Amino acid sequence: MAIEREKLNEMLQAAFQDAEIEITDLAGDNDHYKVEIISESFKGKNKVAQHRMVNEALRGCLGDQLHALSIKTIEK
Amino acid sequence: MSEVFTKIKGHIESNDVVLFMKGTAEAPQCGFSSLVATVLSRLGVEYKDINVLADEEIRQGIKDFSDWPTIPQLYVKGEFVGGCDIVKEMYESGELQALLKGKQISS
Repeated sequence: MAIEREKLNEMLQAAFQDAEIEITDLAGDNDHYKVEIISESFKGKNKVAQHRMVNEALRGCLGDQLHALSIKTIEK
Repeated sequence: MSEVFTKIKGHIESNDVVLFMKGTAEAPQCGFSSLVATVLSRLGVEYKDINVLADEEIRQGIKDFSDWPTIPQLYVKGEFVGGCDIVKEMYESGELQALLKGKQISS
């Protein structure tokens, strides 16, 4: 299973509307991505809470359509 | 509480540092698990490794328990610290060392 970069970007952008999002396809197989998200919505939250927000935005994809996702969240 | 949650709780309550991982501390079976195991041993932290590949119930159960979709998962003194990305980031920034020190985990 795999997911298109555009689809991933769309889902993240919908969840984090103010965000600057950078997506890297780590293996070139649409299945191992690294995402870096810079958003104001991370402010005041710890890393676990920030990553939970990203996981939530991608619920249904992660572990199913997406094999591996490396997440980096940054407060704007 | 379900049986598997009780089992997981037992692990994180009876060990200061617990790593739920794919494979064992000596022979990790996944790059992400291996990375966290390496960080912990580099810090000289003693930890209990739980191989989720050897227990299908825990493999799913820990994801539900932590509400976290991926393995590895690190617990320190009963508290969920994070997965591979977070542990790596915290190690590089020194936050992990501070957290361990704050919780009086000797390293």
